Amino acid sequence: MEDMIVSTLERAMVAGTPLLLATTGEVICERSGILNLGVEGVMSMGAVVAFIVTMTTGEPWLGVICAVGVGMAISIVHAFASVSLQANQVVSGLALTMLGLGFSGMMGKPYVGKPLLIKMDDLAIPFLSDIPYLGKILFSQSPFFYLAIFLALTAWFFLEKTRLGIQIRSTGENPRATETQGINVSRIKYLSILIGGGFSALAGAHLSISYSKSWIEGMTAGRGWIAIALTIFALWNPARAIWAAFLFGFIFVVQYLLQPLGISPNFLSMLPYIATLIILLLISFKDPRRLNAPAMLGEPYKRGER
Amino acid sequence: MERNQRLEMKGISKSFHGIPANQDISFCIESGEILGLLGENGAGKTTLMNILYGLYQPDAGEIRINGTPVRIHNPVESIFHGIGMVHQHFMLIQNHSVLENIALSYKDTPFFFPKLKIREKIETFSKSFDFNMDLTKKIWQLSAGEQQRVEIIKALLNGADLLILDEPTSVLTPQEIKELISILKGMKAKGHMIIFISHKLDEIMDICDRVLVLQKGRIAGSALTRDTDKTSLARMMVGRDVVFNIKREKIERGRQILSVEHLDVMGDKGIPALKDISFDVFENEIFGVAGVSGNGQRELAEAVTGIRAVKSGKIRINDQDITNTSPRHIYDLGVSHVPEERIRFGIAPGLFLYDNAILKQHHLKKFSQRYFLKYKEVKHHTKTLMNDFNVSAHSINSQIRNLSGGNIQKLILGREISEKPQLLVASHPTYGLDVGATEFMRNHLLMLRKTGSAVLLFSEDLEEIFELCDRIAVIFDGEFMAILDSDDQRLCDIGLMMAGSERI
Repeated sequence: MEDMIVSTLERAMVAGTPLLLATTGEVICERSGILNLGVEGVMSMGAVVAFIVTMTTGEPWLGVICAVGVGMAISIVHAFASVSLQANQVVSGLALTMLGLGFSGMMGKPYVGKPLLIKMDDLAIPFLSDIPYLGKILFSQSPFFYLAIFLALTAWFFLEKTRLGIQIRSTGENPRATETQGINVSRIKYLSILIGGGFSALAGAHLSISYSKSWIEGMTAGRGWIAIALTIFALWNPARAIWAAFLFGFIFVVQYLLQPLGISPNFLSMLPYIATLIILLLISFKDPRRLNAPAMLGEPYKRGER
Repeated sequence: MERNQRLEMKGISKSFHGIPANQDISFCIESGEILGLLGENGAGKTTLMNILYGLYQPDAGEIRINGTPVRIHNPVESIFHGIGMVHQHFMLIQNHSVLENIALSYKDTPFFFPKLKIREKIETFSKSFDFNMDLTKKIWQLSAGEQQRVEIIKALLNGADLLILDEPTSVLTPQEIKELISILKGMKAKGHMIIFISHKLDEIMDICDRVLVLQKGRIAGSALTRDTDKTSLARMMVGRDVVFNIKREKIERGRQILSVEHLDVMGDKGIPALKDISFDVFENEIFGVAGVSGNGQRELAEAVTGIRAVKSGKIRINDQDITNTSPRHIYDLGVSHVPEERIRFGIAPGLFLYDNAILKQHHLKKFSQRYFLKYKEVKHHTKTLMNDFNVSAHSINSQIRNLSGGNIQKLILGREISEKPQLLVASHPTYGLDVGATEFMRNHLLMLRKTGSAVLLFSEDLEEIFELCDRIAVIFDGEFMAILDSDDQRLCDIGLMMAGSERI
């Protein structure tokens, strides 16, 4: 039993990692006032690109870098539509998801079902990994796990403690006032969307080359949508996203713990999605002003209009 | 960068879509001077200052700083030249702290730990001007006066030698106004230049050294405040000694239609917008409410038409109490409304012309049957309206947003008066219309008066008020300063009443 709990928690960390990466990216993007519903599609693109590059070159980190680059590049679609053309962000985000899912499926066709032989070693942190239980759960994980936490904390630091962070947050709150202070609002929004896209693709790369070590169409399985819900759950704060993401990682793997109790596996695999619904429902009871949502989230900004 | 000690604007002209907003304006201001910029709404004050702040480019003319001509393409360049502006609507991030707002605009904010590093600088700075405020408070927790001080600090920290204040007192309480004045006098003593935009004569006389009066985009005059008085400034601002226009035929007014008693209404921000207002409007009468916008006109129109809740007081139509009843009920009793922001409140821009033509009448028997609209009748009605009211559009099947402002307004007017209302509430009905459409609207209002309706007209255009109205009320800060017959000689001082410094 003890072993079972430890291994469940250990897997919860693995399952939470892509959620944390994608949520951090979405938080940055939404703080600049842009709602990006393209996470699922960009994540899928990241997964397939990372898989193909790793498989053909044998270099997993090169795969990761290429995935991030492609994720940023494909996010330009959303940036151009929502910032330059001031289009409806919901529509253009959904378009990005469809584009990403479709394109990744097509690119990945020849690779479906092929196992990835290159291994990315787990990184055991000296001494810390020797702590009983905790060492195994927290300190002998894949490099992606540490990277995700490091990036979430860095994102928090940048948003709260730097000038660029103030500019990003101000843009999401009141783009007109921000612009009169001589700040290029479009540039800030483009930057935030690109960073967000990079994070989503990174989450996808983790899925295909570290988590499941294979590619199959639809392997993101709604994780991008859960990340969007987690953004709200984390109240647009990357530091809070850390525990929110791992809580959901736990819900993803808890089914293995519950299966021996005789609950239908079909029901158990619904758990993460049901939990998402419940959390969004609970959040909606809160006073919207205390939610901290960026005031102009999702509103197209036109320059020079009264 | 040497200090900006003398600024000159020479021969500035600017027009929008062929309509001149500024014509050949020249003035200069020197270190230690407070210049008042006085004029009615639409006189071109804000346009002129936006040119100076780099938001607009002038069509002609030049700006000189310390004698050297400069071009200012955007706000960043104007900040570089030592110009700071406090907009009428504050440019602040409501959910952020004072510190974060200042860090956003301050040009030397460090990249890492910006709040920590500029805090001390702001504190010593605000001490020297006697600003006391908690820098960690969020903007929405501050009063309007404190928010304004944040704006002033932002400008001064960026090294503004010239500070432009656009209608700075319009949002302040009397106590805050006093504090602002002492701050401005302190700045003047330190050698700053200040341009103070206002239409309130008392403040201009109190604060400014010199005053420049704009009227319809031109300079109507300029004077040292110590050599002039409020009456002559008011006349300069209005542009003429009031001339009475008697194209309007005399009609005996009929019975009472609208009666308003001791009306108190709250504004959007929870402060009283109307204080104890009482008046009546009769058949065959146009009752005008003159005043600078934002003094309670909007709230009065909304209260009468049922859109805004009444705090206390009574509103009656034909002796029937309509206080706090539904807008539909009030409309069905014969009260029509031409609202002030026609695109936002008068139409549904994305719907077709014929939908908009029956926005308020869709429930009437002649246009609907149970849950369905009778589109044949609706379209026929729309065509009749368009004919009768000269609305030009290439089809009734086009979205109304594609029409010009004048055509939209004609359709709204047609919709509102096609049911022969007892009372028409018209807010700024000719605002932004060209000459032809304006004439058309005014004639229709007079026609309505002739056929026995009552009209409650809100306008900032004094010419319109004098041309159309039988009686004129002057509103200031939620109160009527006077209700006078339109041939009353005391209306010569309407400028003083609009500025709140005379009550009859």
